[in-house]
Amino acid sequence: MEENRLINLIDVSKTFDGYTKVLDNINLYIKKNEFLTLLGPSGCGKTTTLRIIGGFETPSSGDLLFEGESILGLAPHKRRVNTVFQKYALFPNMNVYDNVAFGLNIKKVDKNEIKKEVSRMLELVNLNGFEKRSVNSLSGGQQQRIAIARALINKPEVLLLDEPLGALDLKLRKEMQIELKNMQKELSITFVYVTHDQEEALTMSDTIAVMHGGIIKQIGSPEDIYNEPKNAFVANFIGESNIISGVMHKNYEVTFAGHTFPCIDKNISEDTNVDVIIRPEDIKIVSEDMGQLKGVVKNVKFLGIHYEMHVEASEFTWKVQSTVLSPEGSNVGLTVAPDLIHVMKKDEVIAKEEADEE
Amino acid sequence: MKSKLLSFPYILCMIFLVIIPLLLIGYYSIIDFDGNLTLNNFSQVFEPMFLRIIWRSIRLAVISTAICFVIGYPIAYILASRDFVKKSFLLFLFIVPMWMNFLLRTYAWLTILENNGIVNTIFRALGFDGFQLLYTEGAVVLGMVYNYLPFMVLPIYTVLTKMDNSLLEASADLGANRRKTFTKVVFPLSIPGVASGVTMVFMPSVTTFVISNLLGGADFLLIGNLIEQQFFRANNWYFGAALAVVMIVIILVCNTFVTLFDKNDDNEREAKRKHEKA
Ligand SMILES: Nc1ncnc2c1ncn2[C@@H]1O[C@H](COP(=O)(O)OP(=O)(O)OP(=O)(O)O)[C@@H](O)[C@H]1O
Ligand SMILES: [Mg+2]
Repeated sequence: MEENRLINLIDVSKTFDGYTKVLDNINLYIKKNEFLTLLGPSGCGKTTTLRIIGGFETPSSGDLLFEGESILGLAPHKRRVNTVFQKYALFPNMNVYDNVAFGLNIKKVDKNEIKKEVSRMLELVNLNGFEKRSVNSLSGGQQQRIAIARALINKPEVLLLDEPLGALDLKLRKEMQIELKNMQKELSITFVYVTHDQEEALTMSDTIAVMHGGIIKQIGSPEDIYNEPKNAFVANFIGESNIISGVMHKNYEVTFAGHTFPCIDKNISEDTNVDVIIRPEDIKIVSEDMGQLKGVVKNVKFLGIHYEMHVEASEFTWKVQSTVLSPEGSNVGLTVAPDLIHVMKKDEVIAKEEADEE
Repeated sequence: MKSKLLSFPYILCMIFLVIIPLLLIGYYSIIDFDGNLTLNNFSQVFEPMFLRIIWRSIRLAVISTAICFVIGYPIAYILASRDFVKKSFLLFLFIVPMWMNFLLRTYAWLTILENNGIVNTIFRALGFDGFQLLYTEGAVVLGMVYNYLPFMVLPIYTVLTKMDNSLLEASADLGANRRKTFTKVVFPLSIPGVASGVTMVFMPSVTTFVISNLLGGADFLLIGNLIEQQFFRANNWYFGAALAVVMIVIILVCNTFVTLFDKNDDNEREAKRKHEKA
């Protein structure tokens, strides 16, 4: 397993100006050919982490290994890593060809070779014929592709992408997501991808690291993160959730909203305060007398593929999603299957060992 | 409608302060003492004696502009660099002399360059012969550089500080060292600043008559002195006006030449606008 680790961040912390702790003991490894996404709200330290890997920022403490060797002392271009910057950072004084050729020109590669490589790269990003265009005359999506071509021509082992699709409209973003993912598979390059869009992270990644306040809250596959959030933050950040406080008096039983529910969690010491997390689509609406909870539908929104209903029951407003409509004002019952009730100790943060096991 | 009304005072000012004087100069340049139309004023400008003076004005202005660029670019670069901590202090030092009156600043050089001035005194104290510093072309160029250097530094400084840092990081990421990053990215992108710096130094240099008078001496003529003479001493407004027209043409030509550098940029912006419309 160890030898799979292409990049390894060990106890990486970063403070700016000596007092604000932007990264707090980050432990993270990235496997070869993996699509790893750093996901988190604005200001959580995603860009800083990426810049440390890229070599534009040095950590205040901790180490950064590439194939097992520390690369903290290496300049950005000595690392087998290239970056696609948040705002593309294309050189406005050069045309498309010169932008893409920049890395090879610096390395003094033979002119004919450069020409071949550039047209291969432009082919890859679907922009052949754009060689002579000035970069300022390109649309956002096209600039994005040029930035990717410019980075990929250096044959990096790892491509770092900082919110590369942030400036694009929704439709183009969806297209580019698929294209990027295909490109990553085709070239078998490791991608480290930064985004604050949870949907983007879920659809593209092999592994997601959810960050908050300079801490990694959970690392795992998209399925793990979505289905088994380890704490209230992750649950809430990845998709909408009902989060309510509860108590576990004994194994396989959790009490919240004035009712005791069967669940599948155990090994919790007696009378532990917990966060209970239930996805809106995991709550079933049944007839009033069949429900574990009884409530009234307060309002209904149609969201295209399903309805979202807010149901008030036991002094809590439950978000419920269903393809079946229960009209506003109707009395309903709510049930949740034991395996869909996620119970976690309050403010649980994954420890290093947990993050490393797989 | 309203904006038209608001711009009225401005248009009035323009008419009285710019258009009418220009028309008057144009008018004076093509009449003689008796008020008859003539081109003699212009043919007089092209007499060898005057051509020599015009040529000298252009030559000295070009030299001063070049020196300002060579000295000013590194200063602007150092001022703009991120890791330079004392930057505001240096910038301050740079701006302080500009608060002082232009004439005073130039007079100060008299006492430095005089035969018994500071420089020569030091030279003599070191056992060398003193030499003529004042009333030379060198002194005039020095005066121009000294007075107009900030006009070169500030626009370049502005362009450099506004440059997106991620461009430099991208360049480093793709393998360029600091020197390559400078020649391939930073300098080309700072050309608009250089262009306005060049214009802002060249224009006052080519038109000055104060610097040449004080540091070059009474006989040291540049085109500015020539014009001043015609208006205030020779009382030949007609020839003076013709000289002024020629000077305006020189500046216009120089300006178009400089904006050629920026031309590509404009074209691109134009292309982009069209692209977005389509
Ligand atoms: N050079 C710096 N000096 C001081 N503070 C900084 C610096 N760079 C980043 N920070 C701070 O570090 C924190 C994390 O910044 P970072 O850019 O990594 O966030 P992010 O997760 O990328 O956010 P976003 O989604 O908004 O891009 C922020 O609070 C930011 O203000
Ligand atoms: Mg960021």
